Amino acid sequence: MSPPISTATAPIPRSGPTITKDRIIDWLGIAPFMLFAVLFLLAPTFYLVIGAFFTPDGQLTLKNISDLFTPSILSAYWISIRISLASALGGAFIGFFLAWAVVLGGLPASVRSTLLTFSGVASNFAGVPLAFAFLATLGRTGLATVLLRDWFGFNLYSTGFNLLSFTGLTLTYMYFQIPLMVLILTPALDGMKKEWREASEILGATNRQYWTMVALPILWPSLLGTTLLLFANAFGAIATAYALTGSSLNIVPILLYAQIRGDVLHNPNLGYAIALGMIVITGLSNVLYLMLRMRAERWQK
Amino acid sequence: MKTNRIGAWIAMAIGASYFVIPLIATFEFSLRMRRGEYSFDAYRSVFSDMQFRETFGYSMMMALLTIVFGMLLVVPTAYWVRLRLPQMRPVVEFITLLPLVIPAIVIVFGYLRLYNSSSVLPLTGSTTGTNILLVFSYITLSLPYMYKAVDTAMRAIDVRTLTEAAQSLGASWATILFRCIFPNIMSGVLSGAFITLAIVMGEFTMAALLNRPAFGPYLQLVGANKAYEPSALAVIAFSITWLSMGLLNLVSRFGKSAPAKA
Repeated sequence: MSPPISTATAPIPRSGPTITKDRIIDWLGIAPFMLFAVLFLLAPTFYLVIGAFFTPDGQLTLKNISDLFTPSILSAYWISIRISLASALGGAFIGFFLAWAVVLGGLPASVRSTLLTFSGVASNFAGVPLAFAFLATLGRTGLATVLLRDWFGFNLYSTGFNLLSFTGLTLTYMYFQIPLMVLILTPALDGMKKEWREASEILGATNRQYWTMVALPILWPSLLGTTLLLFANAFGAIATAYALTGSSLNIVPILLYAQIRGDVLHNPNLGYAIALGMIVITGLSNVLYLMLRMRAERWQK
Repeated sequence: MKTNRIGAWIAMAIGASYFVIPLIATFEFSLRMRRGEYSFDAYRSVFSDMQFRETFGYSMMMALLTIVFGMLLVVPTAYWVRLRLPQMRPVVEFITLLPLVIPAIVIVFGYLRLYNSSSVLPLTGSTTGTNILLVFSYITLSLPYMYKAVDTAMRAIDVRTLTEAAQSLGASWATILFRCIFPNIMSGVLSGAFITLAIVMGEFTMAALLNRPAFGPYLQLVGANKAYEPSALAVIAFSITWLSMGLLNLVSRFGKSAPAKA
């Protein structure tokens, strides 16, 4: 390769399909990345997506897709969707108030930077250790359980609470959902101009009117979009759930895990269909998130 | 405004207790191993476990390989897209974000089908092959973070001018990349590296399904069989995350002050 020759023409942005030696070198530059992406990201995914429409002996079929709607698989999807939704809504709700508190609540700047730093770390506290942390907190001999019993005489487990359940997993997931919401929503709240509030106050709006008629209409795409992102985030997660509940809670990633390990459904291609279903759900929520984010950014120009 | 501030403090108090109580509880639980008194017995038990050392070392090694090869893939690509193929930017960015959309378990499922011992590229057929596949899977997982960190750092420097200056002095492409571009985006490379470290050290799905003796599956195994060691391990794992994120913050602060000179 002779670099000096190629730079002579590089700064001029050219269009049109003229194929020159430079052009080929340009494309070769990202070839390793593209090759990697195809081999280790796109091809494996497409293999499963296409496999979902075939029988094990290579016949085209829609049976795998329709088999997704059998009660056992459907219930796995349903409980996954409910846990992801509950943890996303809970995370979004608490996260919103935290972001609101540091941006508009008049708290010292040090609180804000502490919260943001902590959120950056805590949004990465997923996986197996998080399950251990919640077992140590809300398990049968966990600190919170014991203190509630000793100090307030409140027996958490007599209320039917169980950490290895829907509620328990939702509470655990919220540990990384809340920080994620804080991280994404704080910039959005920063973008709320002071003038909007002043203008509405001059026009005689109450605090409530300001929020329902000015602030929330501006914020809802960010709020909804981020909630969708949290939803997708929880939907694909497996490590925390697996470490917490073993295979007793039948969520989709755990069902897929069992299927990969031992073909529990006795049809490898049905496994592909489950994977396809997961991609469709996380994909849809991400696409909607992006659309809502574009809408939200209208106000930031 | 007064009520506002009270509400804000209440929100912070609720949030802080949600964040802090599990951390305190985990630490407290890890000290409970000896009956009736607090001790570091659980940590002693963890550190004397051969499997702990082996899996921890293995995951460290994997993280290191992921960072090195990931950066060798990401930096030249981000550089090239900025310099020569700006029209490909949206495509490359889209691809780097895909691992956030496609669940890890789906990706590794695809690997197991595509690279099994009877395929054209039988990576899972041998230990070395599986290790390579695991590193590649970790590169895939950290792609969004690495690319973003590197690309953000590259935005702060003038890639084109640097390249032309180096070329007019007769530098080869390798010299340009490793002696001009890499040092200038070190802050981005390092922050990408630290977040990758945090991700890889605790990762469970990929390693468990590829059957490699990594730290994540070991954590799960201990969790299923022991009482106090898991909390000690969680404290250790959290410290690693804190450490990597703390270093990341430090690095990005340096990165912000650096380009002013350029």
